[in-house]
Amino acid sequence: MKERVTLDHPKEKISKQHLTEEWVGKIYTWLCIIVLIVTIFSMVYFVASRGLTTFFRGVNVWEFISGLRWQPDAKPPIFGALPFIFGSFSTSIMAALIAAPLGFCAAIFMTEIMPKYGRRYLQPVIELLAGIPSVVYGFVGLSIIVPFLRDTFPGQGLGLAAGAIVLSIMILPTITTIATDALSALPGGLKEGSYALGATRWQTIYRIVLPTTFPALMTGVVLGISRAFGEALAVQMVIGNAPFLPRSLFDSTSTLTSVITLSMGNTVMNSPHNNALWSLALILMLMTFVFVFIVRWLERRTKI
Amino acid sequence: MKKSLLLVMTLVLSITLAACGGNNTTNNGTNNGTPNNSQGSTNTGGNNTPETEPPAAELEGQILAVGSSAMAPLVEEAANKFMDENGKVTVLVQAGGSGTGLTQVSEGQSDIGNSDIFAEEKFVDDEAPKAAELVDHQIAVVAMAAVVNPEVGIDNLTQAQLLQIFKGEVTNWSEVGGIDQEIVIVNRPSSSGTRKTFESYALGEASPDLPGQIQEESSGNVRKLIGETPGAIGYLALSYLDDSITALSYDGIEPTEENVTNGEYPIWAYQHMYTKGEPSELVQAFLDFMLSDEVQTNDVVELGYIPASAMTIVRDVEGNVTQK
Repeated sequence: MKERVTLDHPKEKISKQHLTEEWVGKIYTWLCIIVLIVTIFSMVYFVASRGLTTFFRGVNVWEFISGLRWQPDAKPPIFGALPFIFGSFSTSIMAALIAAPLGFCAAIFMTEIMPKYGRRYLQPVIELLAGIPSVVYGFVGLSIIVPFLRDTFPGQGLGLAAGAIVLSIMILPTITTIATDALSALPGGLKEGSYALGATRWQTIYRIVLPTTFPALMTGVVLGISRAFGEALAVQMVIGNAPFLPRSLFDSTSTLTSVITLSMGNTVMNSPHNNALWSLALILMLMTFVFVFIVRWLERRTKI
Repeated sequence: MKKSLLLVMTLVLSITLAACGGNNTTNNGTNNGTPNNSQGSTNTGGNNTPETEPPAAELEGQILAVGSSAMAPLVEEAANKFMDENGKVTVLVQAGGSGTGLTQVSEGQSDIGNSDIFAEEKFVDDEAPKAAELVDHQIAVVAMAAVVNPEVGIDNLTQAQLLQIFKGEVTNWSEVGGIDQEIVIVNRPSSSGTRKTFESYALGEASPDLPGQIQEESSGNVRKLIGETPGAIGYLALSYLDDSITALSYDGIEPTEENVTNGEYPIWAYQHMYTKGEPSELVQAFLDFMLSDEVQTNDVVELGYIPASAMTIVRDVEGNVTQK
């Protein structure tokens, strides 16, 4: 009798314990999810409500996006954000154009050519780049890249080119890491088949490896572009910040982020200028959504 | 079914969360100020004066000062000293820009709004009534000078010449007596208080943004760029002047502290600490401390400002100068 009771008791206890565990886990997960969703929704709502105010107060959406003049202090103020939109796109795409070949080559080196040394030494070094604070990039850009461009090319050194170069170094780790993962996930059979047919290593790399992993490589590039698109501080330090379309690669211009960081703190809430900055933030956010969709679309094509 | 429920829940939550934000910070400062006030008034006629006599020891609470990042080091220094003297007081200083400071003090989110520009110049048109609610406390003066790259070869510019340069009408230094070198303008963003001050008191009118112009907010970067870029011109607070750049005289008057205090050199601005309405006892005590000799002759001077007390003239929002 006694023994049975002592045997039964722990069993019940254990099942009860499991039940509470189950519930604690469930509630905890739900709470986390709710907090997460609320945060995301409130952020989107906040930026959208602020950003749309400009358009409710008589600024034409099309004029805002396509206008070339940005004169928040004029009477009446003129808000044309095209120079900033152009600046953001051109710096991030140029940065990707510089960083993508470098990143792909580094990835090929690390997976195909010298996996042992590449993985052991090169990868940590490139990943280290991701951990450097952006203000350091900005300052290095201002101290090294800007004087170099100033001495070598016409202009003051600050501008599109300086911004693109700084950004390209910043997005290198993103592109390299994703490319390395994609290349090493490639089934060995494909490469072996290629070698068996008598292809050289280089032929295998650019006829088999690169085309097969192309969507995955592009995912890295798009993620890099979206990181460059959202980067504020480093770009702001080297791009010059004139609110105009640049006349050359070495001419001072602005990006969406640089204009927001420069003026947000200096303007008072609800002033037309401040609202216009929120509208820029809204454009920035919408563009980030677009990048996320492109990445999702590319990922669906990645299945080898 | 579950999805729609989730959506509704998040919407409700986000709305309630949004509704209860804000307005929490001020109450600490003001609430704690008032009990002290009433205690003081009941005791003035009573007998037990010895116990409540030292008023400094009674201060308790929290002060939040938000605003101009240029002013933050000064206010922080003073705040640390103030907290050392009054153990129960916490003074929080946040740098977020003059606009942020004025917005937050006007909405009651902070006790003090630091600004390097008059509130009337920030709150314009529809927002003008907000400036009227704010009480100005001028704690220091910052003077600025037009500065150029040393190789340009000039040390004085008139108001008319400066205006021509910043309007883009003069584009080569040889036109104003310097070497044959293209002028590169290192300006501030149009929202900057430093730029407003420079435009109001040096140029006399607002200057347009020009294509190719460099715009930088941080004074350190402005100095670095002017020092390195051939033909560069910009403007800096006097505390940032060093050998890498040349400070220009303005209409023949040198940018010195003496010329600022006696009113001869016009390019300067007050550093304001705004409160919404009259400050509480606690905030008033801190503002008095800012204006005390301990801060004015030490921290203010060390950080490159000119003490408000040293000024022999007073200037109002419109720029009218009167003798003190």
